[in-house]
Amino acid sequence: MNLTRHALLATTALGLLAGAAQAQTLRWAAAGDALTLDPHAQNEGPTHTMNHQIYEPLLLRNTAGDLEGALATDWQVSEEDPNVWIFTLRDGVTFHGGQEFDAEDVIFSIERAQSPNSGMKELLGSIVEVRAGEGNTVEFVTDGPNPILPANLTNLFIMDQGWAEENDATEVQDYAAGEQTYAAANTNGTGPFQLSSREADVRTVLEVFPDYWGMDEFPMAIERVEFTPIQNAATRVAALLSGEVDFVQDVPVQDLERVQGSDGLEVITAPQNRTIFFGMNVGADDIENDDVDGENPFSKVEVRQAMNMALNRDAIQRVVMRGQSDPTGIIIPPFVQGWTEELNAPPEGDMDAARQLLEEGGYPDGFSVQLDCPNDRYINDEAICQAVVGMMSQIGINVNLNAMPKAQFFPLIENGTTDFYLLGWGVPTFDSEYVFNFLVHTKDDSIGTWNATGYSNPELDSQIESLSSMTDLDARDQEIADIWATVQEETIYLPLHNQVLNWGIADGFETEVQPEDQPKVKYFETTGS
Amino acid sequence: MLAFILRRVFQSIVVLLIVGFVAFSMFTFVGDPIDNMLGQERTQADIARLRAQLGLDQPFFVQYWNFLGNALQGNFGLSYRQGRPVADILAERAPATIELAAVSAFFAMVLGIGLGVFTAIRRDGFASNAIMTLSLIGVSLPTFLIGILLIYVFAVELGWLPSFGRGEVVDLGWWTTGFLTASGLKALILPAITLGLYQMTLIMRLVRSEMLEVLRQDYIRFARARGLKERAVNFRHALKNTLVPVITVTGLQLGAIIAFAIITETVFQWPGVGLLFINAIQFVDIPVMAAYLMLISVMFVSINLIVDLLYFAIDPRLRVGKGGGH
Repeated sequence: MNLTRHALLATTALGLLAGAAQAQTLRWAAAGDALTLDPHAQNEGPTHTMNHQIYEPLLLRNTAGDLEGALATDWQVSEEDPNVWIFTLRDGVTFHGGQEFDAEDVIFSIERAQSPNSGMKELLGSIVEVRAGEGNTVEFVTDGPNPILPANLTNLFIMDQGWAEENDATEVQDYAAGEQTYAAANTNGTGPFQLSSREADVRTVLEVFPDYWGMDEFPMAIERVEFTPIQNAATRVAALLSGEVDFVQDVPVQDLERVQGSDGLEVITAPQNRTIFFGMNVGADDIENDDVDGENPFSKVEVRQAMNMALNRDAIQRVVMRGQSDPTGIIIPPFVQGWTEELNAPPEGDMDAARQLLEEGGYPDGFSVQLDCPNDRYINDEAICQAVVGMMSQIGINVNLNAMPKAQFFPLIENGTTDFYLLGWGVPTFDSEYVFNFLVHTKDDSIGTWNATGYSNPELDSQIESLSSMTDLDARDQEIADIWATVQEETIYLPLHNQVLNWGIADGFETEVQPEDQPKVKYFETTGS
Repeated sequence: MLAFILRRVFQSIVVLLIVGFVAFSMFTFVGDPIDNMLGQERTQADIARLRAQLGLDQPFFVQYWNFLGNALQGNFGLSYRQGRPVADILAERAPATIELAAVSAFFAMVLGIGLGVFTAIRRDGFASNAIMTLSLIGVSLPTFLIGILLIYVFAVELGWLPSFGRGEVVDLGWWTTGFLTASGLKALILPAITLGLYQMTLIMRLVRSEMLEVLRQDYIRFARARGLKERAVNFRHALKNTLVPVITVTGLQLGAIIAFAIITETVFQWPGVGLLFINAIQFVDIPVMAAYLMLISVMFVSINLIVDLLYFAIDPRLRVGKGGGH
């Protein structure tokens, strides 16, 4: 491997020298485009990724996934009042339009992001007031102590109040109301790049912002970014192979070797912040698409445990994912607060033990059930489901696979009208509480909204609710561990694996893979220039 | 003639209404846009609010009626995905598709008719046999495979042509064109071949068989017997009479080129209306899907009308009945 790398470097050295003058332009392709440039309209990965180049939040997740100050230099809970977070703002920051950045902009942006049309408002639900503090600080008042508030702000971009008012963009873009907003197509951020041109779904060009406050703090090796969405995976890889783009997110697993083996290209890899797992309708008295009348096999914990044992995670990793996954026993990836080695270990088990459990659950001959599976959402999602059909049949559970596009699949989760399903989940706050709120808490109008299992445990619910205001972080960690213990014991979900990110990058450019799949170009380095 | 046109226009409107109805009723099966529009932190309350705002909680017939009413005023609503008026987005994307389709159609017609005539005249020559064999590939390989093959050979291996996109375009205000830049022209080649190949072989095979048919007719023999030059016989007498069915098929194929540009546009990331439609399907962007389907059906209906009128111009026999359509 090393030898070929060196040979490869030698052969491309000349090419690199020749290309050095151009090396400051990064031609970047990904599967999808930002939906809008309005920083508060959509809470969606590619949209945030684009906005991260142009706008900045108070603090962000760097390439290692750690919190790093962007527009704030310091943040802490007020010593006088545990309900108040104090953010010290960075001095000497200007917007692309030349306006000074100050506390008023922060207050304006947070309030804007809390408005009804905003896609970001749920992350800010605990904030009752944002006010200017002493000196260059802003105070966030929450409805109780909120130890993980900063983690909710990593994709919350700050706009200039004056600019928004001048351009009639104080309201968040609203799909239904009909007016086009200025902010959806024009930008004025404090970020390292400013918008040069944009054709939605075609090409977006960014130019470096010469007055960026971090010019000396970050590599800032790229002067110009040309972003092109290329939907078709084969074409995306072809564009990388032919040298038309320098950097590609989402290299399909079947093309990794081809890219890695090409002169002047490299695949860089890191665990992604997304876990793939199966959910079952454990709450219903009877389920729709099974062959057992009047009862629900999933309501028996032994059945769930048997299925958990029957999942051959290693086989899926080897055959379906071609090594590009990280088998797991818990539905959170390693960097999430609350993760431990022990929880991560999948259950030891063999088919005999699983059959034994199934018999204890009252189904010695198994049963049949329908598995709903998306086919265009996660890496190799349908192939995973097909493999699981075979695994379940080994213990006598006859699974009918029902694969469909995500647009039809997600309403099943939303309405809870599925018996058995595959789902993926990322944790933007890097904290277990987020997972509990969406996947474990009993489902109602505002919480547990992605919990399609019908699982409801009032005791667990109150434990989950208590987390949001626990300021003693050790006690909070203990509570998180307790909740996980119950979730694991009850086997509410069958964890499968954490996804792995693969970025393809041309020689001459270097970066680390960001676990949220959000490349931030200011961290990119170039060699040979 | 006028009565004929009026009747055809009336028929066209009925066709459009039916297409709109069928398309609209299909939208209930393509999925729910709400989940794409709201982030993963959305609550059930948000879902209900947005659904009401978009009118998706209304019964199907109310939704269809509202759509028709707005569409008649030229208002196709806002794209759920981009949050901009659908009419603007379509106008922005149309030039890319029309340029691609025009180049493909031109390529298909010129080569198709030329090679068709050639293989008919030199029926048993080696070259024409080779062409006929090769044309089987054009008919039998699926478009996306041809596209990927071309990308692999000409972009990845040889590095001559771009693998995706439209290259640099010149903005003329109401139209963006790739015809005026070198990179724009280069970017056209592979997608145009991919899109036009099937049509080219189809036209070629049609011209060939029609031409062979005509060449067997008595009046050709008489022409030859009169000592007319081979060239005059082939092109003035034979080819002209071959063209009536060719025009029908070519007309319909032009519609097909625009409609089926979807696959080619996806493979080459060509920023036209086909790619827009694919994006719309994945996102369940109902206003865009509805407008696109209406647009395509308007196009097919008008092409049919034009084809019928061309019959009148070319074939004098149809004029005898004073406007009897078929």
